[in-house]
Parts: sequence; C-alpha cells; structure tokens
Amino acid sequence: MDLKELYRDVILDHNKRPRNFGRLAPPAHFAHGHNPLCGDQLTVYATVDGEVVRDVAFEGSGCAISVASASLMTEAVKGRSRAEVERLYATVHELLTRADAPVTAELGKLAALSGVREFPARVKCASLCWHTLHAALAGTAAPVTTE
Amino acid sequence: MSAAVATPAPLDVERIRADFPILSQRINGHPLAYLDNGASSQRPRAVIDAERRYAEEMHANVHRGVHTLSQRATDAFEAARERVRRFVNARSTREIIFTRGTTESINLVAHSFVRPRVRAGDEILITHLEHHANIVPWQLACEATGAVLRVAPIDERGAVDAAELAGLISERTRLVAVAHVSNALGTVLPVRDIIARAHARGVPVLVDGAQAAPHLALDLQALDADFYAFSGHKVYGPDGIGVLYGREALLESMPPWQGGGDMILAVRFDGTTYNQLPFKFEAGTPHISGAVGLAAALDYVSALGLERIAAWEHQLLEYATERLSAIDGLRIIGTARDKASLVSFVVAGVHPHDLGTILDQQGIAIRTGHHCAMPAIERFGVPATARASFAFYNTRAEIDRLAAAVESARAMFR
Repeated sequence: MDLKELYRDVILDHNKRPRNFGRLAPPAHFAHGHNPLCGDQLTVYATVDGEVVRDVAFEGSGCAISVASASLMTEAVKGRSRAEVERLYATVHELLTRADAPVTAELGKLAALSGVREFPARVKCASLCWHTLHAALAGTAAPVTTE
Repeated sequence: MSAAVATPAPLDVERIRADFPILSQRINGHPLAYLDNGASSQRPRAVIDAERRYAEEMHANVHRGVHTLSQRATDAFEAARERVRRFVNARSTREIIFTRGTTESINLVAHSFVRPRVRAGDEILITHLEHHANIVPWQLACEATGAVLRVAPIDERGAVDAAELAGLISERTRLVAVAHVSNALGTVLPVRDIIARAHARGVPVLVDGAQAAPHLALDLQALDADFYAFSGHKVYGPDGIGVLYGREALLESMPPWQGGGDMILAVRFDGTTYNQLPFKFEAGTPHISGAVGLAAALDYVSALGLERIAAWEHQLLEYATERLSAIDGLRIIGTARDKASLVSFVVAGVHPHDLGTILDQQGIAIRTGHHCAMPAIERFGVPATARASFAFYNTRAEIDRLAAAVESARAMFR
C-alpha cells in the first residue's frame, strides 16, 4: 500500500479547496451525515428541478478523504438526472469496496478515490457524502450515520 | 505522574520488550511502534503462557465439581482473586468482583447500588472529562429514576479542582463517580482529595480506574474509595476480564444484578437464597482463564515495580511533550500539571483520522477520534484528536519516529 495511492493530488487539492462548499437556500433538499468513529459531520444540499439535480453543495468538517470525496461528488452529480446520480452512487460504492471493480470512464475525477479500497478503515470516510446525498434526494429525515 | 519518584534502578526496556511477542513484528514494512496503550495494552509471554497452561492443564467449571480439574480451576480462579486483592490492597477477597471489564463494573454499581436507592430529584455527580462508560450508565439510571446527572467542570488545561467539585455536592447527591486518570486528556485527578471531601458530606465515591491501574500503585484502603473499577486488558492482561472493588458493607447491602448459577446458595420456586460475597455478583460461569491471565499480568507489573514503571513512563511523557510541542501547528489537548503518560493533540491542517492512517503506514499505532469521551474533547473545540499513549515498553526512539511521522504528514498536507 502506498500513501500516494490514497492521498492523490486530486484528493489533496479538493481537501484544501473544497468545491461547492456552503449551503443552498430552501427549498433545497438536505440531509445530515455523521461518522461517529472519527467525528466527521457533513450536510449535503441538493436543488432538484423535476428529475434533474440542478445544484449540489455541502458543508461540515472531516478528514481529507471525506472532504475531498464530498467535493468531488458535488462536481460529478451537478446537472445529472436522479437516476444517473443513483447509478453513479452504485458505481462509486463498487469502486470503494470491491478490489476488482473497474475504474470506468463514467467516474471521471472520482477515479481518484480508487486508492481508498486499499484502506478498509477509510471506506466510510469516502462513502459518507454519497449516503447523505442519497438521503437528501430521498427526503429522508433521519440523519445518516456510518455506524 | 509529575511527582519526583525515587528509582531503585531504571527499567531495562530492551529486555522487557523481548517479553512481548507482538512487539517484534513489522507493520506495513516498519517495526511496530505501539502507542495505543490507552485503548488496550499488549500482553507479555507470561500472561499468554498462564492462559495456555490453564487451558492445557486445569480447565473445568469452578465452584461446582468434586473432580480434580474442577478443584484446580477453582483454586486458580480464587488465587487470581487473591492476587487482585493484593494488587489493590483491599481488605478481603469478598470485595473483589470479577466482571467483563470497567464498563460492566460501573454498570453493576449503577444497577445494584444506585437504582434501588435514588429517587426523583436525587443527584449523581461526575466530571466533564469522563469516559462514556462513566457517563451513560448514570444517564440510564437517571432516566429510570428521575435522578439528575450533575457535571463538575474541567479547566482549560483539563484539570479537575477537588474543592470546586465538592462545591457541587448537595443534600441530594447520592454518588460521586470520577475517573482516576482521564483516557482522553491524561489528567490524573485528585481522587484522594475528592473522596475525602465527598465522605465529609456522607457521599460515596466510585472511581473509574481503567487508565490508572496500569500506571499508578494502588492502595484502595488508603484511597478510601467505595467502588473502584478497572480492566484486565489495559493492565497487560487479557480482554474480557475486569474487576469491581467494592467496600464490603456496601456490597452486602446491594441486591444481585444478574441471576443465574454460582450466585445462589439454594433455589426453590418459593424463594432463592443468594450466595455470599463475592459470588453474589458473579452469575454464570466466569472468565476463568481471563482471571488467571490477569493474575499473571499483575505478577508481571508488580515484579517490574509500579514506581519504576511510573518513573520511566514519566520520562516518556516529558520527552513526547517536548518533541511534539516543537512541531509547528501542533496543539496538545490536556496539559494538566499531573498527567499520566499520554499525549492528545491536534495538528493544524491535518485531520486526526488522516494522521492515524499516515502513521499506520509507518508502523506507528495511535488512536484517533473522540476516545469515547466526546464531552471532554468537545470542551476544547475540536471534533477529534490524535492520541499517543505510552507503556513501560515504549522507547524514546519510538517517540522520535512519532514526531518525524507527524512532520511528514504536515508536509503532505501543506
């Protein structure tokens, strides 16, 4: 295992300068996510127009993997349909948890997260934002937790 | 401990390390530097051998059979209880209850001592730095009874003032429950002073000694604690075994908390006679091999000498504090004058969780997170810290590696 596989330049950059960081005003959907193991807390906001996710933002605090993953996610899902977002959610989940999951073109910059699967303790950090976005889009009221 | 300790002869740390098989391995290509002793300590070969010997030569159920093995197992188990009694200097083995660990010990007191005697509006007093195991059992007891949980503050260094705590004792206070040593901050609490002040008001005191038993010589008669809890796995023994010390008169007055075999003298459908202390609180087959291993661990640390252990660990604490303080952007959380050998810290620009992974890649094991003491950590305005906690088998060279690895993490996130 190489730390540079986990902390790639894209990850370090998105951790330092997270994109789409902040709130979206109501009536945007939102959900809270929490990883009790490391104290990561984030809120994901999504403005949905019909079936299309027009805008996504997040705020909160966490480790580099969780912040970078959330930042990359917001860029990746903006403008996509709900169905496309759900498909991407499944693809990212595969990427993070299956050693032999292919790094497909569909992933784009999200491919930078492929190193996370070598570090099982960190998978929750990268997946928290996706679970939280999923909850926001589904309108789930209960906070998302990784435990 | 910050007090100067007379040292007969310093520990031969290299020889001691050879007693711990797990320490000789490599982790991620580097020699293991195990700095997570506050979470769980490692076992010397003497403990591993004692447990194996028990399994190979002595195992049967205790207090039950007339056959030879049952007698051997019973003798080994009760000898372990006597070993614990000597280690903590209790008056009698009737005051030594074996449990699964500190958490279960505290829950036993919450269930059998607190719940039957508190009423709505009564108070239980703890401090802001407690481990969740010394918070949640009281919250549950309060929910069930309408009692109120009061919390004594800690200062900006993470210290507890005994007089300030005593000022929160009221006519309604039914128990004071405090840590001896904070697992998150390292603070050694003035428990003797706290106990004296509480007793002056007629209030009993429970001490959570999970972090103290591995580092401080215990004399529970001198301390005058009413209850004292600790765990085997933090004092170089097995996991799954722990101890509740209780003052005999209090234990006598308490109802059992779990029912089953071993805790009874006679069972009839119209009424059951409970067993005597300590068996009244040990329902079911206990963790016999764990108790045997714990006794071996107490033999081991007693042979090294807790004064010598404390002296070396204090040197490690001072060295780690000096090396880590010199790192730009590093802030130590918990700077009480009297501290056990652990350092909790945060590094500007590097999240503790990332630090934990980066250190692990260099073979260095530390704890990151809230250390099961969320209120203590949040008191300092951070969601998590990194914590290096030292044992007598740790070295200055390992602290050098820790400092260098923290520097490398800073460089990575610059």
